[in-house]
Amino acid sequence: MHELGIMETAVQMAVDTARAAGARRVLVLRLRIGTLSGVVPEALHFAFDVVCRGTPAEGATLLVETVPAAGWCPDCQAEYAGDDFFSECPRCQKLNGELRRGRELEISSVEIA
Amino acid sequence: MCKECGCGLGGKITIGGHAHKPDHDHNHEHGHSHDHGHTHGHAHPRPHGPQTVTLQRSLLDKNDRLAQQNRGFFRAKKLLVLNVLSSPGSGKTTFIRETAARLAGQLRVGVIVGDLATDNDAARLRTAGIPVIQINTGTMCHLDAEMVARAAAQMNLDQVDILIIENVGNLVCPADYDLGEELRVVLLSVTEGEDKPLKYPPVFHSAQVAVITKSDMAVAAGFDRALALANLGRASHHATIFELSARTGEGMAPWLDYLAAALEKKRHASALESPSRLR
Repeated sequence: MHELGIMETAVQMAVDTARAAGARRVLVLRLRIGTLSGVVPEALHFAFDVVCRGTPAEGATLLVETVPAAGWCPDCQAEYAGDDFFSECPRCQKLNGELRRGRELEISSVEIA
Repeated sequence: MCKECGCGLGGKITIGGHAHKPDHDHNHEHGHSHDHGHTHGHAHPRPHGPQTVTLQRSLLDKNDRLAQQNRGFFRAKKLLVLNVLSSPGSGKTTFIRETAARLAGQLRVGVIVGDLATDNDAARLRTAGIPVIQINTGTMCHLDAEMVARAAAQMNLDQVDILIIENVGNLVCPADYDLGEELRVVLLSVTEGEDKPLKYPPVFHSAQVAVITKSDMAVAAGFDRALALANLGRASHHATIFELSARTGEGMAPWLDYLAAALEKKRHASALESPSRLR
């Protein structure tokens, strides 16, 4: 169920954007999804087909850009790649980093006609 | 509906007793962008055919905006607002009741409590003389900023110094919903396993305060304190950690001092921001 709610919001935003611009259809929907957002891209695609049915977004293409997680070490003043919530800074081995990227759940753009 | 688990489909939310259908518009917050019925009698600057519109908006945008409004409102009221999160049965209600009771005479606490159903938690708090508004979320597994705004409107916040929001018992979905709080407080009871912070990292990671509750039962539960602290240190490494038993009162004093200091700091910051100080 997880991904269904996200997709409903995203498709609604896309359809609202199309309507506001006087367009009839949504052709492409682009999302940015962080690797730590808890969302599975395959499930998103499945939910997309279900949610679009009967809306101006029916038949549209879903493009998902994956955003890799990154931490920021306040001591080293440097960014580092991290694949979970517990990644330590590779320079100082400390676990006091802030998560900078990886939790994204964004709609980046839509193509409408 | 919740973006995590899809809950809330067809549910009915009630606040403070009377029912509202979720589809029925209440003070309808809008950042005003109704396109007014703009008939196309004029020349079109835009060519027909496919066009790309950049949105770059979070899918949680609406909640985030409402949460910011709540935050501004709470700041104007000089309130310290807490969002208390844990799994069901970690002792949120007892912790909140004892916090309010021990601060009585010094600081006034108001509570907004969220549950899928029943008024039981609100009743337990009300019996202790604490002003409380119950939100019944129906099928929703978390509170969102709009529910909190509606509940807060029913409480006389001028009679409150600290507003504690008791979220729905759930360690997953509430993590993503900002309510406009100042402090996010996550509880871990000694009876529920030391590895909870590792199993549910987003919620522990997002908290400013982590509280180990029911410490009086630690021995009976075979609680491995060192392991729990190590796990909390990993998932909530920037959080302030307290260990206490709300029931016996053991360990409550440092927590209450922390709250009083946080409120003082907040009031000082708002005083510096207020125009009267600039004159």
